[in-house]
Amino acid sequence: MLEQLGQRVIAALTQIYALLGFLGESAMALAGWLAHPARIRWRPVLFNLRGAGFDALPIVGTLSFLLGIVVAYQGADQLRQYGANIFVTDLVGLSMLREFAPLMTAIIIAGRSGSAYAAQIGTMAVTQEIDAMRTIGIAPLEMLVLPKIVALVIALPLLTVFADLLGVAGGMLMARAQLGIGFGEFLDRFSKAVSVTSYLVGIGKAPVFAAIIVLVGCFQGFRTRGGADSVGQQTTRAVVQSIFLVIVADALFSIAFSVLDL
Amino acid sequence: MPNQPNQPAGPETVLEMHQVVTRFGTHLVHSGVDLEVRRSEIMAVIGGSGSGKSTLLREMILLQMPDEGHIKVLGVDLANITDAAALALRQRFGVLFQHGGLFGALTVLENIGLPLREHTQKNNQDIDAIAAKKLAEVGLEEAVASQYPSELSGGMLKRAALARALVLGPELLFLDEPTAGLDPQSAAGIDTLVLALRRQSGLTIVMITHDLDLLWQVTDRVAVLADGKVQAVGTMAELAKMDNPTIQPFFDGPRARSAQAQATSQSKEPSSKPK
Repeated sequence: MLEQLGQRVIAALTQIYALLGFLGESAMALAGWLAHPARIRWRPVLFNLRGAGFDALPIVGTLSFLLGIVVAYQGADQLRQYGANIFVTDLVGLSMLREFAPLMTAIIIAGRSGSAYAAQIGTMAVTQEIDAMRTIGIAPLEMLVLPKIVALVIALPLLTVFADLLGVAGGMLMARAQLGIGFGEFLDRFSKAVSVTSYLVGIGKAPVFAAIIVLVGCFQGFRTRGGADSVGQQTTRAVVQSIFLVIVADALFSIAFSVLDL
Repeated sequence: MPNQPNQPAGPETVLEMHQVVTRFGTHLVHSGVDLEVRRSEIMAVIGGSGSGKSTLLREMILLQMPDEGHIKVLGVDLANITDAAALALRQRFGVLFQHGGLFGALTVLENIGLPLREHTQKNNQDIDAIAAKKLAEVGLEEAVASQYPSELSGGMLKRAALARALVLGPELLFLDEPTAGLDPQSAAGIDTLVLALRRQSGLTIVMITHDLDLLWQVTDRVAVLADGKVQAVGTMAELAKMDNPTIQPFFDGPRARSAQAQATSQSKEPSSKPK
């Protein structure tokens, strides 16, 4: 029993150690790209921008819109009791821009693209495509990981902006239906209640979440050993771990922002 | 060993392994492997499953480092090799992986042309022309060029992968189970293709295989790997006479005997394949 516990802890620690090693390797490779921009592989970067960014617009938009409605609805009841109807704008605006939009977008993308990254790389490991790539003299990191990092670090903040817009729109709709606050009144209050800092705080988290999603997804993909069932396992791991780490990172951001008084 | 006309005379060592030791955790896979491959020969490594044949191959093609010992490929020592030297060396050998290792996102022609696209300054037109030529050399039809690997049969996949391994004109070719998972007819096709390749360009070929027909028909020498060491090296006929308990399993049983009988009967005919 105690031995098993110890072994699990060691297994978890070695995995964290390996993940940090992978982070280091990726950072080195990225530095190599920045030092020699001619080596950047634009085709996979653009391909990933479309796959992880543009193609995700419908689902990110829909879910953010619904989330905006939910937040406004939950707030409406409480605010009405105090006659503070107009403050629904503060509630929706701040919570969507600072927390919900970046976090929800990251979680959706972790499920949608993080799993795809792990599955793609895992399948390539099983079919020996990764070995073949090394043998041909193409660094797998440069071909498979860096384009994803570059693409998602660009795409996730943009998706977050899109989620901000639709989330606030959802809240605005609910505010009018439940509390009788007109769109004009809502927007008027919005510009006073929500500072640019709040907006930037939300967007600023997105690149960090993007890096977490790509690194964990690719890392788990590369750890695929053996057959097709291993691909499934690694994909599940990639999603669970990236969502976990995104939420941990979000909590750390909250602590940091409260210390910095942002 | 036959001397190829366009090769330097005399045996020259193309690949050399000296006292190679490999461990997985506490499990000792290789406990001192010594192996030499000469220019223009077809050498096979055989051994039971778990004997570390695949690991040995991975060490030869720079995918894995042994824990101890030295490996020299084409005169280059693999220990402490720099990235640039590794890249240069990788362009001098080709590898046919067991599952082909063709990229699923690229067509067959793009797959074959990929090494050229990465390592040469040739334009796309020239690359496609060379790739198409290689495709014909391995006996595939032109129509295959625009297909994706997932649309190919097992035998075609191996041939396409072989074309990619040959596209940079390597001096050394590694084959990992070239006939595994193929029907007898496709496997026989691979046999003749391998022989033809060696005849044309004097290529040195190192392969890992279980296929007894391939071993009898094609190889010049065979190394038997067991208990972490190379137990014996020799032609199939020589090995068949040896009384070593680690070697005999490959020559006992009905399948082994029929492959041997076929090989020996063929070698008596005047139109036999060159050995």
